[in-house]
Amino acid sequence: MMVKLVDILIGGLLMGGIYALIAVGFGLQYGVARVLNIAHGEFIMLGSFAAWTLFTVLGVSPLISLFICAPAFFAIGFVIYRVLYTPLRVSAESPAAFEGNSMLASFGLLFVIQNLALIIWGAPVKGYSYMAYPVSFLGTVFPANRIVTLFASVVLGLTFYFFLANTRTGKAIRAAAQDANAAELMGVHINRVLALCFGLGAMMAATGGLLLSMTSSVTTPFMGMEYTLIAIIVVVLGGLGNIKGSFIGGFILGLVGYIVTSYEPGLSMVAYYVIFLFLLLVRPTGLFGK
Amino acid sequence: MKTRKKRYGSIISYIVLLILLVLMPVFISSSSYKLIFVANILMYVVLTVSWAMFSGPTGYISLATSAFFGVGVYSTALFSAELPLILVILIGGIASFCLAYLVGSITLRLKGMYFTMFTFGLVELIRNLLHWYEVNITGTVGRMVISPDATTIYYTMVCIFIAVIFASYLIKRSRFGLALQGIGESEDAAAHTGINVTRVKSVTFAVSAFFMGLTGAAMSLRWSYVDPTMAFDISRSFMPVLMAIFGGMGHLYAPIAGASVFSILEEIFTTKFPYYYMLLFGLTMLLVIRFMPLGIEGIIERLLKRKNSGYAEKS
Amino acid sequence: MNILEAKGLNKHFGGLAATSNVDGYIRKGEILGLIGPNGAGKTTLFNLVSGALKPDSGTITFKGVDITGFKPHKIARMGIARTFQSVKIFSRMSVLDNTRLGYLFGSTKEKEDKADLGDADAILDFVGLSGLGDRRAIDLTLANQKRLEVARALATKPGLLLLDEVMAGLTPTEVAQAMELVKKIRDRGITIMMIEHVMKAIMTICDRIVVLDHGEKIAEGTPEEITCNKTVIEVYLGE
Repeated sequence: MMVKLVDILIGGLLMGGIYALIAVGFGLQYGVARVLNIAHGEFIMLGSFAAWTLFTVLGVSPLISLFICAPAFFAIGFVIYRVLYTPLRVSAESPAAFEGNSMLASFGLLFVIQNLALIIWGAPVKGYSYMAYPVSFLGTVFPANRIVTLFASVVLGLTFYFFLANTRTGKAIRAAAQDANAAELMGVHINRVLALCFGLGAMMAATGGLLLSMTSSVTTPFMGMEYTLIAIIVVVLGGLGNIKGSFIGGFILGLVGYIVTSYEPGLSMVAYYVIFLFLLLVRPTGLFGK
Repeated sequence: MKTRKKRYGSIISYIVLLILLVLMPVFISSSSYKLIFVANILMYVVLTVSWAMFSGPTGYISLATSAFFGVGVYSTALFSAELPLILVILIGGIASFCLAYLVGSITLRLKGMYFTMFTFGLVELIRNLLHWYEVNITGTVGRMVISPDATTIYYTMVCIFIAVIFASYLIKRSRFGLALQGIGESEDAAAHTGINVTRVKSVTFAVSAFFMGLTGAAMSLRWSYVDPTMAFDISRSFMPVLMAIFGGMGHLYAPIAGASVFSILEEIFTTKFPYYYMLLFGLTMLLVIRFMPLGIEGIIERLLKRKNSGYAEKS
Repeated sequence: MNILEAKGLNKHFGGLAATSNVDGYIRKGEILGLIGPNGAGKTTLFNLVSGALKPDSGTITFKGVDITGFKPHKIARMGIARTFQSVKIFSRMSVLDNTRLGYLFGSTKEKEDKADLGDADAILDFVGLSGLGDRRAIDLTLANQKRLEVARALATKPGLLLLDEVMAGLTPTEVAQAMELVKKIRDRGITIMMIEHVMKAIMTICDRIVVLDHGEKIAEGTPEEITCNKTVIEVYLGE
């Protein structure tokens, strides 16, 4: 009985790590840059494809690809924000109008990115095998790549937390999250900080996708939407605007998903949705929100 | 605040449009393909007008269009063999109405973003649920549908089109429509003026869903096979939004014009560039949001205002 | 007879006590002033009474009925109307439609003992917006926009009207006109509670004044009593 519990706990946390990462990324884009990025999942998808391409075509290990992809996707996200969202923010007649327009722009972005991926890589599902050998971890056997994924997510999460709490940029981000206008008045280069947050969000999404591709062979241009939904549900679960909450929420949801999948494989999304519905009914501010 | 001349002008243009639509089969000698082509355009017009009916005045962006369309599709899939056509279609509409009212009363109490996020996932949720149900409970995925002829389907769509235009017009001119406008301007002020804001939003959302359900039931009569993935396709949530943004959402003609232009474009693009059309539409959306957020209507109204202010200066 | 009674009202936001154990009453037909330094919790109190916020604890009774926790639209229909600090008119609608909305949705049929100022046009005349019915609300001057908010509130046939800084941003002439309008409204039988910073107005037209500071009620009395109250003077030192 105890062994089964640990088994479930570890299994859930392994997936939860990825959920936590993509949720924090989404939370940064919505909580700070105020962009409801419906295309978040597409960056996850691109991260998966980047890892796949680098591995199968160039033989680069995903763990090394991580250090290539992370800055690359950060840059891509940063540029997209400056080119697409900054003009929208500047010309918007109200914050609410900007939120609406940026969401619609993300919708457009979703279709552009998905179609591009379809053109470049085609529709069939892709996967690769990396570090798939079994390893004994705390009494249960798991594929090595899953353990690596868990460690990677935790390390990345803690690094980011440290960055937010202790660096000057991190403080600027927290100020902008509270009140973008006030932060600007106090000397923060708001356009740069917001673009930075969007870039960080894209980076985390791509990293999540990369880690995902290591553990499952589900890489296809259409994989993104499901993960966007998961990120949304986790962010609401943790509390909109609460980074720590998103991180913890990701692990909670991963655990729930693992348990549901072991009983009834097709219903994990439905279970997440029920949780979402429950939250909206009873506690929309989430577990840790104000 | 239209002048009498302007109002008669628009009523006459609608009547002319109606006559053209009713006589269409005569013009194209009942060609099946062409009738379905026009029916397809009508489908998009109805979806866009319904979408704009709610999301326009309130500013709550719904991405659930595909969910309600799919509910209608399933009404056809389940009942078209046993029940008369008109009942099947009405069931599709009513089921969507109920679903929308339920979703609305839960999520419309909250900020717009929660609503949008929930509607975004609703399509996926229903698809997953149905797929799981069909695989595990009924054992077969997908159903067969009995198809009536193209002319029947065409006239069904014309009727739905008339109904949605009528409903839009009635809502705009009623106290309900006034309340809706007030809600769009300031929900707080509207609530303190005695308007039950959540209920008004939910009812409007449900009415718009009703027409989406009718449309789903009607158009899927043409498909001989129905499965969850075909019925609940997220791009059907995207197209009405794109068409409404492109056309505009202020006057009634705007979404009609936007949808007509775009559905013709869609028909052309899906045949000529089957691998690129989503890319083109996505880019269009980005360009429209960035450079003409009020759509074609915004441009037209600005030109009209310039013309009219010329007259005012003269008198 | 008290038209409104509040007992033990508390409202917290995070760690901040916006309203702290407030008791109070409003007599029917009086003009009650609510003053206090910025951040004292005046608008929060309004929000609690109008239903925009739910109190953490405490009760509010309107004409003998417990309305604690009721939704704003229900309270509006029962007879409490309000204006907002940041004027919340329906900008793109006509002046007439703004008022009509109040009339159509806020004034229910079984309202005995409600001040009836007539239909939307009559109300526009009453507040001084005659002939502006077809104008778009956003095209009005600030003073007229405030008149419109009052008109819309009056259209709901209220027994109690809450005015939130209705004189802010007005010229001295406009302030005098506003004071006249407030008196006119009271003379029609509508009870008024008003938040104001314009001291001259408060002292001249209010029958009674309540003073808040940091969410607590620190003083209550006639204008003469308040001007002599030591605590109030200390709180306002520097104002």
